[in-house]
Amino acid sequence: MAVAEAIAALQERFPELGLAPQPLVRYADGRDSGQLWVRVPADRLLEVARFARDDERCRFEQLCDLTCVDYLNYPDAADRFGVVYSLLSLSQRHRLWLKVFVNDPEPVVPSVTRIWKGAEWPEREVFDLFGIRFEGHPDLRRILCPEGIEDHPLRKDYPLRGRGEREAFVPIDRETA
Amino acid sequence: MSMATGYEPSLHTAAEFGEDRWTLNFGPQHPATHGTLHLQLELDGERVVKCTPHIGYLHSGFEKLGEHLNYNQYVVVTDRMNYCSPICNNVAWHTAVEKLFGIELTPRCKALRTIVQELGRIQDHLLCLGAQALDVGGLTGFLYGFNEREGIYDLLEDLCGARFTVSYTRVGGVVRDCPDGWTDQVLHYLREVLPPAIRDFEALLIRNRIFVERCQGIGVISHDDAINWSLTGPVARASGVKRDLRKDEPYLCFEDGWDGRGAPAVDFKVPIATTGDVMGRVLVRLEEMRQSARIIEQVIQRMPDGPVMVLPEQDVALPDKREIYFSIEGLIHHFEKIMTNKGLEPPVGEAYGAIEAPNGELGFYLVSDGGNCAYRARCRPPSFINYQVYPVLIEGHQISDVVAVLGSLNIIAAELDR
Repeated sequence: MAVAEAIAALQERFPELGLAPQPLVRYADGRDSGQLWVRVPADRLLEVARFARDDERCRFEQLCDLTCVDYLNYPDAADRFGVVYSLLSLSQRHRLWLKVFVNDPEPVVPSVTRIWKGAEWPEREVFDLFGIRFEGHPDLRRILCPEGIEDHPLRKDYPLRGRGEREAFVPIDRETA
Repeated sequence: MSMATGYEPSLHTAAEFGEDRWTLNFGPQHPATHGTLHLQLELDGERVVKCTPHIGYLHSGFEKLGEHLNYNQYVVVTDRMNYCSPICNNVAWHTAVEKLFGIELTPRCKALRTIVQELGRIQDHLLCLGAQALDVGGLTGFLYGFNEREGIYDLLEDLCGARFTVSYTRVGGVVRDCPDGWTDQVLHYLREVLPPAIRDFEALLIRNRIFVERCQGIGVISHDDAINWSLTGPVARASGVKRDLRKDEPYLCFEDGWDGRGAPAVDFKVPIATTGDVMGRVLVRLEEMRQSARIIEQVIQRMPDGPVMVLPEQDVALPDKREIYFSIEGLIHHFEKIMTNKGLEPPVGEAYGAIEAPNGELGFYLVSDGGNCAYRARCRPPSFINYQVYPVLIEGHQISDVVAVLGSLNIIAAELDR
C-alpha cells in the first residue's frame, strides 16, 4: 500500500511528533475502510504539509478538500474542533487525512494557502461556518453567510433553525437603498 | 443583531481608484451568470484588472441539514445541489454512506448506478456546452443541447417516476429496478438520438469560426497550477491533468470483477486536452459524452440479473414496497428502518466517498457518532473548489471573455453555495 510508505516517510522526518496512522472507520467485523488519518499539532502543520507535498514518497500535490468537524457532543472527544485536510497524490494515487485539533476560545490554525492554493476558499468557508481563524490567509472573509452575522452556523451549539436572523433581516427596497 | 451593518453601497466611483478604473457589478441576477453569482469587476477600459467573486446568495445550509436528516432522507437534498445532473449527486452521497457502513453492493445495483451516473454526465455536458454557446452569443447551440436533454429526462422518468429531482438511490441499493424494456430505450437513445446531437454540436461549435475565436487561448491555466488549485474534472483534464476517479480509484463497474464473477472493468478512454483554455474544456466535454455512451452500452450488454438492494440480513436495506404492503414482517422491518429511535446503525467513525461527477470530484466526508443521522455531512463540491480559480483565469481579459470563461467552468450556483 503506497500510503504506508508516505506515512513512513513522514514518521522518519518528524519522529518527535509520533505520527500514528489510524483508520477513519473500523467496521463491526474488524475490517476498516483503508482510509488513514494522522494527527498533527497545529504549530507544526506547515512543516508537515510542505514535506508531504514535496517528498518523493509522499507527493501529495493536491489538497483535495479542507473541512472541519465540531466534536462538541461526539462520544469520547477530547478536543472541540478537528480541521481535516484531505491530501491527495495524483502521481502515487493515494490519499491521507491530516487532522489538526484546536479548542475554544481562540481556535487558530496556520493557513496552508502558500502550499496549496486550492485551500483559499475552503479555509474561508471553515472560517465562516466554524469560526476558526487561519493565520496567514491572504483574504480571510466570510464567504457563504452575509457579513454582519456573528454566529458560525455549522457549530454544534448553533440551532438548526437559526437565531432569528431571518426575522431580523432588513429588506432593502427602493426607498431605503 | 443588526444584519444591515455589512451592507456597502455597491457602486464605487472612479475617484476611489484614482485612475480611470471603474467597477462593474456583474450579477447577482444576470441571465449569463449560471445561477445567482455576483462578480465585482474592476475594469480598465474593457480590460478586467481585478475580479472579486461574491457567493453565498443560494446558501441554504445543506450541510447543517445533513446532520438532521437520516442517511436515506438526505438524498432528497443532494438532488438540489448540482441540479444539472441530480442523479450523480445521489450516487455520490450513497457511495460515501456505503463506505461508512462498509457495504458491498449487488452487481445489478452497480450496473444501474453506473448507467444513471453516465446518463447524468451526458445530461450535464449537453447543458454546459449549450450554455457555453449561449454565453458567447450562439443561442442555437443552447436549444440543441436542451432538446437532447429531454430524452434523458424521459429515460429517468421511466426509471424512477421523477424527471428532475430523482432521488434514485437508497442505502445499499436503488429505489427500484428498471422497468422492462428500459435498457432498450437507453440503447435507442444512445444509438439514434445522441450521436447526431453530438455531430450537430461539433458542426455548430468547433467548426464555427466565431465560437472558436471566442474560446481559443482564453482562460488558460497550466498543468501544475491546475493541480495546485485543486481543480478536478473536465477543467483539470483540459489542462493535461491525467486524473479520473473512474480510472484512478475505480468504483462501481469501473472496477475489475464488479459482478463478483470476474467481469472486467468497462473499457473507456479519458479524454485529455493540453491547451488548458476554454476550447480545450469544450473538446474534453464533447468527447466525454461519447465515452459515456460507450460505457453505458457495455454495461447494458453485460447487465447482470438479481436484486438491486443488498440482502435484508445486512440490516441496512429498506424492504421492498410489496413486502411492506402485503406482509406483517415487511411492515415491521420497514418501521424499524424508518423510526427515529431505531433506524440504521452505522459504526462510529468517519469515511470519505467520492465519484467522478460531470464537474469533477464530488465527494462526501461523513462523520458518524453511531446515530441515525450523520454527525457531520461535508460535501466536497466541485463547483466551489473550481470556482475559486476564476479570478486568476479572468484577470487581464476583455469583459466579453468573462462569460466565456465562466461558462467553461460550468459553475452551478446551488452546488457552489449549498
